[in-house]
Formats: sequence, C-alpha cells, structure tokens
Amino acid sequence: MQELWVYVEALEDGVENVSLEVMGKGLELAAKKGMECSAVVVGWGLDKVVNELRGYNLSRVYYVADELLKTFDSSTFSKSLHQLVETYQPAAILFGATYNGTDVAARLAIRTGAGMIAHVVALDIEEDTGMLVGDVPGFGGNIVAACKCRPSVLQLVTVRHGIFNPPEKGESPKAEVIHFKPQLEKTDAKVRLVERKVEPRKEISRAELVVIAGMGTGGDLTPIRKLAEKIGADVAVTRPLADMGAAPRDVQIGSTGYSLKSRLAIVAGVSGAIHFVSGIRDVKTVISINTDKEAPIFQFSDYCVVGDLFKIIPRLVEML
Amino acid sequence: MKIVVCVKVVPKIEEVRFNPETKTVDRSKASNEINEADKNALEAALQIKQKIGGEVVVLSMGPPFFEPFLKLCVAMGADDAVLISDPVLAAADTYATSYVLAQAIKRIGFDLVLCGESTADSGTGQVPPQIAEWLNIPNISYASHIDVVNKKMIVKRTIRNGYEIVETEPPALVSVELGSNTPRFPDFKRKRWVDKEFQLKVWTAAQLGVDLDKVGRRGSKTDVIELKELSPIERRREIITGSEEEIAVRLADIIKAELTT
Repeated sequence: MQELWVYVEALEDGVENVSLEVMGKGLELAAKKGMECSAVVVGWGLDKVVNELRGYNLSRVYYVADELLKTFDSSTFSKSLHQLVETYQPAAILFGATYNGTDVAARLAIRTGAGMIAHVVALDIEEDTGMLVGDVPGFGGNIVAACKCRPSVLQLVTVRHGIFNPPEKGESPKAEVIHFKPQLEKTDAKVRLVERKVEPRKEISRAELVVIAGMGTGGDLTPIRKLAEKIGADVAVTRPLADMGAAPRDVQIGSTGYSLKSRLAIVAGVSGAIHFVSGIRDVKTVISINTDKEAPIFQFSDYCVVGDLFKIIPRLVEML
Repeated sequence: MKIVVCVKVVPKIEEVRFNPETKTVDRSKASNEINEADKNALEAALQIKQKIGGEVVVLSMGPPFFEPFLKLCVAMGADDAVLISDPVLAAADTYATSYVLAQAIKRIGFDLVLCGESTADSGTGQVPPQIAEWLNIPNISYASHIDVVNKKMIVKRTIRNGYEIVETEPPALVSVELGSNTPRFPDFKRKRWVDKEFQLKVWTAAQLGVDLDKVGRRGSKTDVIELKELSPIERRREIITGSEEEIAVRLADIIKAELTT
C-alpha cells in the first residue's frame, strides 16, 4: 500500500508545531483514502523526537540519520530524503511551510520531478484518484488557486502555519521505527553553521488575544505592550514594523507572515494593506484605532476608532 | 565576483481584480512593479559589488513588457540585464520556471545567484531553492545580511524565533529577505544612459537551447484547476465617536465583554 508521509522537523524544544498540524491533516487524509500515514525525520541525535512520534497513530517513523545532517543544509537534507523516497516510494509528502521545510521540499521536487503545491491553506484528497488538491493563496491572500499535481508524479505539499490541528496521541506507542542511513559524502555538506540564536516563544497563530501595532506607532510599541500586558494579550506587528526591527518576523501578521485565529485583535496605527488584512480574516472581533478616517483597515473592523492611539490607549489601559 | 540577480515583474496586488464569472484574475487595470523582495536582492548584490568589485547581471523570464523594469535595474546600478522571453515558456509552474532560469544562469556564468525570498503575486518561495537544485549548488534562504570575506560568504538568515549565521563558498544561491535593506533609487545619469544607449539582451527558448519538454505548461508538474476569491468577512464597522475619555470607556466595555465570553 502506498504511503502518505509527513515530514517532521525537530527543534531544540521538540517537534515543530506546524509539523504536528500537518500530521493531523495527513492522518485524516490517509484515513479517508485508506492509505497508511508515516512520519519522516531527517537529522542527527533526534532519537527522543522519533520516540515521541511513535505515540501518534502512524504506521511508521522513518528516521534518516547521519552526522552530516547535524547542521541544516538544504542540499544534504534533500539528497538524504531523495534516497529514502527512492527506496520506499511514497505517494505524497506533506511539509510545514517553514524556513527549512520549504527549501527541502523545493529541492526534492526538482530531484524527483515531483509536483509541488506550496503554502496551502486548505488540503483535500480525491477518494477515487488519491490526488491531493491544495488551495494556494496568491495576490496578498484574497485569491486562492486550487492546485493539483500531474498524474503519476510524486506529490509534494507545503502547508502554512496555524491552518490545521495537531492530532490526538494514540493509546500506546505502536509506530514501527525504520532507521535509514543515507549515502552522503563529506563534500556534500557545503553550508557550515557559525552561530545560532533562538528564543522559544508562543506561536502567534495560536494566540487568543492580540494587539497589533502598525506604522502609526512610529515604532514605539510602549502603549501597545502596556495594553497587551493588561489584558494578557500577545503583541504582533505589520510588515513595515518588522522591517524596521521593532519586532521579530515571528509576530509579523499578513500574507508574508502569520495569520491569526484569535478571539480579539486590537489593531493600532495600521492602514490596512491587502497583504496585512488577509492575516486577520479569521479573527472573531477586530477593533481598530487609526487617525485617518479613510484608512482601509476600517472596512475590515468591527469597531472603528478615529483617533490618536497614543492618547486613547493609555486611557483605555487605566480603565481595564 | 559575478552575481546574477533574478527578478520578476508583478502586478500591484491591491489593483488586481478577480472576475467571478470567468474565474480569472484580471491584471489589465493593475500597474506593474519589480517584486519588492527582488529589489532587496538587487540592493544586496550592488552592496557586495561596491565592497569587493565584480559584475551584477539582472535576469528575468517574462513577456516583453518586463523590459523597462529590467532597464530600471540597470539604472539602479546593475551592469547588464537578460530577459528570457518566449510564448512557449508561458503558464509555467515553479518546476518549469526554475529550469529555464537555471539554464540562463549557466549561460550567463556566475559565482553567486541572488533572489528575493518570494514574489508578491504567488509568494511561495519555491523558485530560489529549485534553481539551486538545478545548478547543483547550495542555497541559503531568508538572508537578512550577506557579507563576503576572503571569497567566503557569511550569511545571517532568519529562522523561527531567531537567526542563524552560516557560511559557504561560491558558487551558491542566496534568497534575500523582504524588507532586509532599503533599495537605492535609479541613478539619474545612469538612467539617461540606459534610455539612450543600453541594449538589453532578449533570448528566446531556442536561443537559450532549453529542452522544450521541460518548459512552459507542457513542462509543468502541477495544474491550477480553479481560481477562487475568498468572500469578504462581514464586519460590524461600528464607528465609535466622542471624547477620548468616552471612546476609552466604550472600548473598555467592548474588550471586557470579549474577555468574558
């Protein structure tokens, strides 16, 4: 039986969230089509992660391990994964559309002549053909293209963060672990890691309450942070503010960043460019504050305040 | 160092309309521009050239209306520009697109290839790593800074919750993060020279010598089966007016109500 694979990325703090989200979808689609769903881990020293994955309702966990895979290099990762694909011939592989997952999938697509459906926000499987159909957002996120691979090619899909839900753990670890040693040469690894700095933080796409700052703040997030702290919300920003370095890319909202599914978003000093508003589409209640009464953001808001955020937010904080 | 910068001309997304009857994207009323992240890639290339010398060649694949945009890149400081233009290359997915660009890059010759991280119209970021695979060179994506020291490239790249600094030797491909630098304006004198004398290279598929089974719609591995526009979300759009005090009171009530539901 042909398998559907989920490519699982592991970080310092365990399995990448989006990998679990993709696995949730992978298990669902495989069940629908009567296929087996298995996970693939590529790296070195990831036995703990592999063992953790055995707890999900997967058929197998393929562990592609080599010391040369200790540092991420899209060349060695895709070469190793390619060898696994040649050996076990899956029907499809789902990846999280992460910084690294995107590169591995893209290179594997060229190596194998696979079809590549990238950054999907919805995914389904045709029960008769087993073909995946993914919705790829374009033009800032308002228009989506339903895409399909050509028949009889390997199907590769990358999935945006925060779209699907992680699976439930099974009752007892049962997935079979298959160790795979890729044939790599020392000269294959061409990218060397000099320094790496990460600060684990909550994923913004999962936040319930969010205060979003735009250029109207001029990069001064003090009132935004105070309001967020007062109501227990997370702080996010628009793309220009992330460009300025006012906040990391991990909290950038919009088609080039993350989409929110929060209960409430308070949007301050944001004009409302198309690439931004697609990121607040699934927010239940949107409150906007902007000095310009013509700002497009008000078309996408439930409550619209025309005013100065530096005057209104401090008063608001006192009242909460 | 010889640097090839891949650029794409994209419609301004806020001016693109969707025709629900024909289910097609109407770009006819949209003005076009050089993809923003590609301008960041060009700026990064020009900075490397300023520092260590070399040559910057801009490359694109698309219809003839791309020409003035490539000339703009030359006015910004690129030394040369190549446009691959042929109807047989149309309707290509990323597989077929990256194949053609890689063949052109081989023809031009390179030490370093720079791309924007992704494009504003489709935005999947697949083409840069795919070009690298065709060329069998390493790729480093989402670079926020590139330094070249003693023929070694030291690249700072964004990763989730932080950054990495990695190094490699040319030949390599680096995709540059959107917004990671401020692209320069075209130089006025250079622009006059470009308008009067500069000759852009335009290559057809035959001139480039590509395998026609690997290009355009025929060479693609995926199909778009349907285009859809997401329906707008219904919002209350209630305007809250009054003094700052009154507005704050009303907002506090709304927020408290949201927090308790």
